[in-house]
Amino acid sequence: MNLVTVSGPPSSGKTAIIIKTIEALKQRNFKVGVVKFDCLYTDDDILYEKAGVPVKKGLSGSLCPDHYFVSNIEEVVEWGVKQKLDVLITESAGLCNRCSPYLKDIKAICVIDNLSGINTPKKIGPMLKSADIVVITKGDIVSQAEREVFASKVHLVNPKAITMHINGLTGQGAYELSTLLYDENENITTVKGKELRFSMPSALCSYCLGEKRIGEDYQMGNVRKIKLGDLND
Amino acid sequence: MIKFKNIENMTIKELENKYPFSLSFYENNNLNIEGFNDLTFIEYLDHFSEDDIEQWAIDIEKIKNDFIHYLNEMMMFLGIKEDEGVDSLTIVAGNDKSGNKENFDEFTINKGEIISIVGPTGSGKSRLLADIEWTANRDTPTNRSILINHKKPDMKWRFSSSNKLVAQLSQNMNFVMDLNVKEFIELHARSRMVENEKEIIRRIIEAANHLAGEKFDLETSITNLSGGQSRALMIADTAILSTSPIVLIDEIENAGIDRKKALNLLVKEDKIVLMATHDPILALMADKRIIIKNGGIAGTLETIEDEKKLLIELQKMDDVINGLRLNLRNGETLENNKLLKENYYA
Repeated sequence: MNLVTVSGPPSSGKTAIIIKTIEALKQRNFKVGVVKFDCLYTDDDILYEKAGVPVKKGLSGSLCPDHYFVSNIEEVVEWGVKQKLDVLITESAGLCNRCSPYLKDIKAICVIDNLSGINTPKKIGPMLKSADIVVITKGDIVSQAEREVFASKVHLVNPKAITMHINGLTGQGAYELSTLLYDENENITTVKGKELRFSMPSALCSYCLGEKRIGEDYQMGNVRKIKLGDLND
Repeated sequence: MIKFKNIENMTIKELENKYPFSLSFYENNNLNIEGFNDLTFIEYLDHFSEDDIEQWAIDIEKIKNDFIHYLNEMMMFLGIKEDEGVDSLTIVAGNDKSGNKENFDEFTINKGEIISIVGPTGSGKSRLLADIEWTANRDTPTNRSILINHKKPDMKWRFSSSNKLVAQLSQNMNFVMDLNVKEFIELHARSRMVENEKEIIRRIIEAANHLAGEKFDLETSITNLSGGQSRALMIADTAILSTSPIVLIDEIENAGIDRKKALNLLVKEDKIVLMATHDPILALMADKRIIIKNGGIAGTLETIEDEKKLLIELQKMDDVINGLRLNLRNGETLENNKLLKENYYA
């Protein structure tokens, strides 16, 4: 089985891109399944079902979604193997811009859109910087100049990635992406022992554990203070 | 080819002198080099504490590799700037959705030519464009292949982010940045690393105003431009500043812009222009047109003499309408008699 991890900010077009790409993979008679990771709510699984794609969803709820992803990816891969998939795609939304769900030696795709603002590539961490392929969406509604500037900013933070422009509505470019996803020499049966490309942040402060009250007395564990000049220094 | 050992002993300052573009790498990767000019790149990276690395998600190994990759790519990019351009684009026939061979063998479009693409929605116009953009090599659903300068194209057109083959202009496009015209062109020019920035800005604004019905200046905010002005700026900017040798246009709305001048500008800047349109004036301005049906090219037509005569008449009608539009804008009453006397219908 081939495994592909897709990640990107909320509403950047991940699901649309994946569905269009799966259409192209299906034409080559590949069996493709998706596991969608989200935080509190998603109905993207219905979209996948409508498209005839085997799908499972996982909601992280009160947990950090990327931590939830890593703790579950092994089981997710098992599911994919049992379903006899040729390609398993995981989709997860990057929420704090600090984490990324990418694993070493597993194809990693970041989806990011032209409308998100010119400084966004600079703001997103490993999710963009360590992706193998960066898909830029919503290019049909901004000017050519903005597309070029945005792509050049992406290129500056991740010069080695393949950058592709894909239209999630018409699917223009999705076929091309699909040709980069399947490698007949790759056969993943488990991800046990594999490593994340980048460590996830250490958190665990009293608020992680359910504290609600404000004030220094209630702050424990990993706490860091904002620098506000002389008040703090 | 720059290798790591070549830059190992160079300080940040020396790197800047030799590779001025290294600065934008630091900037966009949030590497603040202020005060570190006398350190080497490695020494600089080594100054980050474990805590910084964890806190700001810095991947030292990756930054090193990316930096070398970036320097090499930029050197190559600057080197090939004057490289052979795209003189022609050839579409080699594949098949339509039913698997039948397309109704032509090879279709070549030369630099400076305008081609229109006609066909119902969903007939495969997007697919044709995607084939061109991807420089298809019998590896897309249509089985077409694309040749550049009559040769199999370099893979750089597929994968390099600074060398895209096709620029697009469509009806739905908007400016989304909050900048004025000057800042906007500057930003685009910098991303392209052009040397004569001032001259380019002057040329673009001049060209855009030549196309637009209503003039605007460099201080105007781009989000405040009218539809016609936006289109004029987008076209002038694409013609003069975009790297892509092929421009694909999805209709140009008729209001507030001189479409003939717009096409002339693109052609004068040596672009290959492909235009999906059902507007008879635009379609006939093209030298040839491609007819798309059922996912394939059903035929190609040359714009014949008779159509060119028709185009002149159509343009007169267009002028009449545009004249009336101008009158309205100026608060005048529209005179039926005047129209009859002076214009086409007389």
